[in-house]
Amino acid sequence: MAVSSSDVLIGQGRPNAAGLRRDQLFERWTLLALTAPALLLVLITMIIPVGWLFWLSFLADDGSLSLEHYRRMIEQPSYGRTFLITFEVSLLTTAICIMLGYPLAYVLSQLPRRIANLCMIAVLLPFWTSLLVRTYAWLVLLQRQGLINAWGINLGLWDEPLALVHNLNGTLIGMVHIMLPFLILPVYGNMRALDRDLLKAAANLGASPTRAFWLVFFPLTLPGLLAGTLIVFILCLGFYVTPAVLGGGKVIMVSNRIANDIELFFNWGAASALGVVLLILTLLFIALAARLVRLDRMLGGGPG
Amino acid sequence: MVRGASLPITIRKLTKSYGEVHALDNVDLDIESGEFLTLLGPSGSGKTTLLMVLAGFTRPDYGSVCFGDREVIRLAPHKRDVGMVFQSYALFPHMDVRANIAFPLKLRGLPRREIADRVDAALEMVQLGGYGERRIDQLSGGQRQRVALARAIVFEPRIVLMDEPLSALDKQLREAMQIELRQLHEKLGTTTIYVTHDQREALTMSDRIAVINQGKVVQLDTPRRVYDRPTSRFVAEFIGESTFLEVECVEGTCRLAGQPLKVEDTPPSSGRLLLMLRPERLQILDSQSDSADNVFEGRVTTVVYQGDTFLLQVVLDNGARLTVRGIASSRSMARAPQAGDPVRLGLGAEDAVLLPDQPRT
Repeated sequence: MAVSSSDVLIGQGRPNAAGLRRDQLFERWTLLALTAPALLLVLITMIIPVGWLFWLSFLADDGSLSLEHYRRMIEQPSYGRTFLITFEVSLLTTAICIMLGYPLAYVLSQLPRRIANLCMIAVLLPFWTSLLVRTYAWLVLLQRQGLINAWGINLGLWDEPLALVHNLNGTLIGMVHIMLPFLILPVYGNMRALDRDLLKAAANLGASPTRAFWLVFFPLTLPGLLAGTLIVFILCLGFYVTPAVLGGGKVIMVSNRIANDIELFFNWGAASALGVVLLILTLLFIALAARLVRLDRMLGGGPG
Repeated sequence: MVRGASLPITIRKLTKSYGEVHALDNVDLDIESGEFLTLLGPSGSGKTTLLMVLAGFTRPDYGSVCFGDREVIRLAPHKRDVGMVFQSYALFPHMDVRANIAFPLKLRGLPRREIADRVDAALEMVQLGGYGERRIDQLSGGQRQRVALARAIVFEPRIVLMDEPLSALDKQLREAMQIELRQLHEKLGTTTIYVTHDQREALTMSDRIAVINQGKVVQLDTPRRVYDRPTSRFVAEFIGESTFLEVECVEGTCRLAGQPLKVEDTPPSSGRLLLMLRPERLQILDSQSDSADNVFEGRVTTVVYQGDTFLLQVVLDNGARLTVRGIASSRSMARAPQAGDPVRLGLGAEDAVLLPDQPRT
């Protein structure tokens, strides 16, 4: 008796509760269903290949399970050198991109929006031509009898042709050119979104333009800069074409090594192991960067 | 923070144009030391431009701005030593409340101990004691407003500028803050320039109001003078409600549709003038025996009840339309005329204000 009366009470006191709850559940599942294609794509294009790569890297040449490929990477110093060069080239490219890109993004962000958009198209123009074309174009410009050396010598700026290509210089020039937009875009977006009143407030409170920059503008554009830095650095780690064409065999990055392993030695296991190590190092680097960003937020508590 | 030194501001011939538009048109303005002056005007009138010139963010075409005896027109913003409260508050999101308020003090190289003391005092002053460690995004709109205020006064500037600081707050909080700002000003005695487009805010807070229109100061007066004795139709329309009736003045005698008017001030000129009528300054005369300096007769067309007051729309016998406002008490509502009733309205000579008849702006 008591049970049935309380049931009635629930039914009367909270009309349609069960039906509404069902509707909500249905809506949630519908939304989840919408993400299914994306999840499937990630599974097919990411999880499965990477898993397969992992699997291959643990297979010896005769098909048995072994750590042979990883052992070789530790024993042979040339592998260590490859990773060192990869990180060196990536760090240098990223650093040059920051030094060129941050000021450029600043100038763009100060321009009227219409002119800034035009300039932005100019920045993005390189994206519209093939990477390979751009890289070979640099070869034409930079080689010993290339345009730059010819002009330099004609103008009397230097006497001997400079070694601008087939070495680290050429690789860096080519990679910076390709990576620059990836740095400028997030930094520019960050700077545009910044409230102009903040800089006015800093000036009003007594900050000279230099101090206003370092105490207010720079810390507040740091998230964009870190995002751009991370994108550029990670893209650099896996770069193949530019070091292959402009490095002249002297700049061997991990990707070049992987290509060699597969094309010359048909050694999928060794190539996979390289890929796995690069992936892990990259993830470690991202984790480190993420920690740095959080650290910055904590340190950003006060000026000076 | 005790009542410190404040500075007068002298503005001469200040002009700034954007292409054809004069944002500021030969502005002359004297602001007294320690005064709370409001720049009141519609949007685009130039009031914000004037404030930005005072802060140093907008470079005028020519003119002179002196803080005390010192010409500052070419001085960079960071050397002007004026406090400013921005409409957007412009609090630094990467610093907590304490660091925001300490910012101007650190830039001035004060010792750590003194900075801490002064930040604490400033937080107390804006009633945010204990909020120092909060992040900016953890504060409500009203609290941000107070932090912005504390930051603008903590370095004891002798001039404080405020750019519509209350416009983002809801009505009740805004009215509370108006009183608070006013009290703070009385405590500090800093020369304060306050920009607003809200006439009620201007009337509530100011020592004097400079009404700005089309880059010019059209009237500079106390709130009461600006409301009771506007000198132009623009000011009368912008501040408060008003209706205008055409009158003819000949040799100091003015007539409204033939009926002579009793006015307190001598008319500004002869010929056609406008009589300004404030709805709440008209009395509803009960019986034929009630009298006033000026009596208008007409008929009620609409009665609008608004809670605290009621409005009557009246057509006068000469065809002019006007509005009358009365206090809505139970007794007055019971006696209030209904739509269609004849009505007699009284206007005291001191409330009959004559204005030059200009075209609307």
